[in-house]
Amino acid sequence: MAAVDNLRFEEFGDAPTSLATNPDATTISIEDPGETPKHQPGPARGSGREEDDELLGNDDSDKTELLAGQKKSSPFWTFEYYQTFFDVDTYQVFDRIKGSLLPIPGKNFVRLYIRSNPDLYGPFWICATLVFAIAISGNLSNFLIHLGEKTYHYVPEFRKVSIAATIIYAYAWLVPLALWGFLMWRNSKVMNIVSYSFLEIVCVYGYSLFIYIPTAILWIIPQKAVRWILVMIALGISGSVLAMTFWPAVREDNRRISMATIVMIVLLHMLLSVGCLAYFFDAPEMDHLPTATATPNQTVAAAKFS
Amino acid sequence: MAEVAESPGDPGTASPRPLFAGLSDISISQDIPIEGEITIPMRSRSREFDSSTLNESVQNTIMRDLKAVGKKFMHVLYPRKSNTLLRDWDLWGPLILCVTLALMLQRGSVDSEKDGGPQFAEVFVIVWFGAVTITLNSKLLGGNISFFQSLCVLGYCILPLTVAMLICRLVLLAEPGPINFMVRLFVVIVMFAWSIVASTAFLADSQPPNRKALAVYPVFLFYFVISWMILTFTPQ
Repeated sequence: MAAVDNLRFEEFGDAPTSLATNPDATTISIEDPGETPKHQPGPARGSGREEDDELLGNDDSDKTELLAGQKKSSPFWTFEYYQTFFDVDTYQVFDRIKGSLLPIPGKNFVRLYIRSNPDLYGPFWICATLVFAIAISGNLSNFLIHLGEKTYHYVPEFRKVSIAATIIYAYAWLVPLALWGFLMWRNSKVMNIVSYSFLEIVCVYGYSLFIYIPTAILWIIPQKAVRWILVMIALGISGSVLAMTFWPAVREDNRRISMATIVMIVLLHMLLSVGCLAYFFDAPEMDHLPTATATPNQTVAAAKFS
Repeated sequence: MAEVAESPGDPGTASPRPLFAGLSDISISQDIPIEGEITIPMRSRSREFDSSTLNESVQNTIMRDLKAVGKKFMHVLYPRKSNTLLRDWDLWGPLILCVTLALMLQRGSVDSEKDGGPQFAEVFVIVWFGAVTITLNSKLLGGNISFFQSLCVLGYCILPLTVAMLICRLVLLAEPGPINFMVRLFVVIVMFAWSIVASTAFLADSQPPNRKALAVYPVFLFYFVISWMILTFTPQ
């Protein structure tokens, strides 16, 4: 190492550059197992590792991992422990929401935006907003569809709010739990490069549900084709965010199991959106008008022939 | 003038001196008057001890609490940046408002088999658990407002929406139609905006500046849900 002043702090860079300058020195690197392949000096790895570098983020994640280890030190029965899960600023929440709306191929949502600072603010309030958005939009859409009918009496359908809340919160918390358990189990069998903590999975799922809020509001439009196109768009965006997040975590595994996991994730997501559409929004019965205009024509035609 | 013999704090001395060793060397001359009162001048507390509220008439007690509640209602209706709501919080006002709102919003038990509006308990739970959730959220984000102060502010700021409910109830006595709905919509929107302005006037200052929007958004959602329940109320 270069001669330094005794009292001045000097950045020594990270492990690879130090190893390059002084290959015989012993270095201690504190990093999670997901980072180790990056530091192996293997030139013959091929393009797979470059892809890893992009997906795993840049060198800053080392420092944030260290800092994250120093952050959460309060025991779980104190209030400060839970405050660490709400340690986000406004612009960070907006960035994460933006990241869930614009899935860039090759960029991992967790590494890029969450970076070992998973928050519970986003998942909780996005789910709460989604619950009320679905319930209110469903109610409004049913009202607009049945507007002209004589026998229709408007009811606010308040019971559906609790049903929506149960469905959305169960999806946002139980599916990540199951997925996390599954990934932990596979990790014990196959050495995976990337492993996510439970809160990071909850975070990804919570932010990926954001696209459904404008979708639910647009579902008020009583056209079947419009609704299904919206389902496809929303599923495409949030499904791709989820798939790109979890693909590095299962890629090292058996081909079949990794494909089955990704398919299952997308399938459950689709089940949620289609189920909500079917349950909360009545089918738009647009065949009222054509039959009303068809029958007078038929009666006129019948009168002509007779 | 007080003379203080300073003990040398030089780390270079050979013998380590015990802590507070130099204190005995301090001498205070007779010129400084050190008499005075050691009682804490909290007048209000001494007044309370003199005339305990146990012996006053019931009318006095009730009128005092009602006046406090009424004063806070005025603060909500004309929101200025004052600390009255925060300093002397009480939960009487929120309770009265919540019970009034829930009584007016509940559907009759006649059509319990149809899916209708909320029951009394549902409105009550939504208001109180919503307020508790927002308070917890605000505290977890690092706000320096106490739990009950926040509950007090959120509860008192339901007052404009309760007024909107009363007006909607009166408007619904007239003939139904689109004009009826437009009037109710306008009233609810105005009162919703009033509630938001009133509560953010009190709550926004307690948050760090880079998290204000994060703390205010749940308040917006809370009053929006209550406004929706008021707007969609249909008498049976």
